[in-house]
Amino acid sequence: MKTINKLGSFFRYLIKVAAFIKDIFWWLFTKKRSIKPIIREIILIGVNSIFLVSLIAFFIGIIIAFQTARQLQAFDSVIQLATLVALSLVRELGPVIGSLIVAARSGASITAGIGSMKISQQIDALEAFGVEPIDYLVVPKFIALIVCMPILIIYADCLGIIGGCLVGLNKFGIPFGLYFRMTFDALAMKDIVSGIVKSISFGAVIAFVSCYEGFRPFSSIDVSKAVTRSVVRSFIMIIICDCFLTGIFYFWL
Amino acid sequence: MIEIKNIYKSFGDKVVLKGVNFTVGKGETFLMIGRSGAGKTVLLKNIIGLLSPDIGSIYIDGVDITQLNKKELEKVRLQFGLVFQHSALFDFLSIGENVGFFLYQYTDLSKMIIKKRVKDTLALVGLEGIEDLYPYELSGGMQKRVAIARAVIYNPKIIIYDEPTTGIDPIAVDKIVSLIDDLHHRLSITSLVVTHDLEVGLKLADRLVFLLGGKIIFEGDKKDLKESDDKRLKQFLEGSSGGPIKEMEV
Repeated sequence: MKTINKLGSFFRYLIKVAAFIKDIFWWLFTKKRSIKPIIREIILIGVNSIFLVSLIAFFIGIIIAFQTARQLQAFDSVIQLATLVALSLVRELGPVIGSLIVAARSGASITAGIGSMKISQQIDALEAFGVEPIDYLVVPKFIALIVCMPILIIYADCLGIIGGCLVGLNKFGIPFGLYFRMTFDALAMKDIVSGIVKSISFGAVIAFVSCYEGFRPFSSIDVSKAVTRSVVRSFIMIIICDCFLTGIFYFWL
Repeated sequence: MIEIKNIYKSFGDKVVLKGVNFTVGKGETFLMIGRSGAGKTVLLKNIIGLLSPDIGSIYIDGVDITQLNKKELEKVRLQFGLVFQHSALFDFLSIGENVGFFLYQYTDLSKMIIKKRVKDTLALVGLEGIEDLYPYELSGGMQKRVAIARAVIYNPKIIIYDEPTTGIDPIAVDKIVSLIDDLHHRLSITSLVVTHDLEVGLKLADRLVFLLGGKIIFEGDKKDLKESDDKRLKQFLEGSSGGPIKEMEV
């Protein structure tokens, strides 16, 4: 019974988020907008995430290389290190880990920002000025996220590959040129496209969930709860979305 | 100018407004007093169309705003200047952008002209040279004055002050009260002041209503207030904890 109730509330949540998404697209396509707030959001969401994404992507590349190299050595195929690092990063780990970082960093900040605006009556003030909060606050964040995410993820993939290359170069003596040739030979256009589609989709998921949660608090204590909910639900939705997209790209297309 | 007719509003099982009626005349400063949680802010949100009543009508210049669609309501809202309880300055915009927000959104005026209007309006509320600062860099009293500047810059017909002196020190309170009074006389705007601070309210108001438990239990001018023998009103005026108003009756 408890599970049924939980499933019921999850689907009710999805219906509310769907209505919210419908409003976002309505405002996205019905109004001409200034580029200034979008640039501001791109700086806040994308540019400010570069350091964290770089650091984590670089070390993830190194870790994958260390982990897979041990197994490959057993089969005397350590030369395949570049292939494995590139495929796991571009197809899966780059988009997923990059998105989780952005959800935790920028998604949480978006929820906290909108939540504190709501409890300090700034949202009411916008409405009183005849300005639709979804149009003014959410749409620029949505655009910024779907623009930033693929760029951040491609950048993260490259850094991860460089991290893996350092391991291949220094620990296993794989020549630099050979490592990169193996990397590019392994990657098909489908891998790159799936990585980009995933990163755009995850960016949209982060925008939908973090903004929606931001509008829910009624008091300051609700803001902290909303931030936690936003991060947890973004993580869950990203993983579910990843599962579907992987299935579509590698089993149906 | 503003006519409230038999307004009811509930949230779930909680009935917040229980048949509220009053009228605010053109050019008048009208005071709405009551304890915290009496339903003042909810009533105010109904008047500006941020909430819609369950039952009842609200007429602004003869137009029943409860019957308007979202677009028409947005137009009516622009007749109001609002000063929110916590100032509600947009924290991601500079003071200049906050004060000029309406002009940037709705007019084709050049940046130069808007900046000049912002500067003049800030001077009107006694603030100068703060256009490039951000709200968090200002004191509570200064934020209130900026909020007032933001509300008057586009010459609205009605200004609504929601708890204009909450959270600021007594000297700043006196400055805000003088400023509201001064603006009212200089700009001849209809003002609706919502507060639980009676001293502040009485300095400003021509007429007032006392809201308790979602109902109006007194309506009149300052003279009527002194002559009223309503025990609940007397308790509120005296600020006494003993009397007919119980702690939970809000």
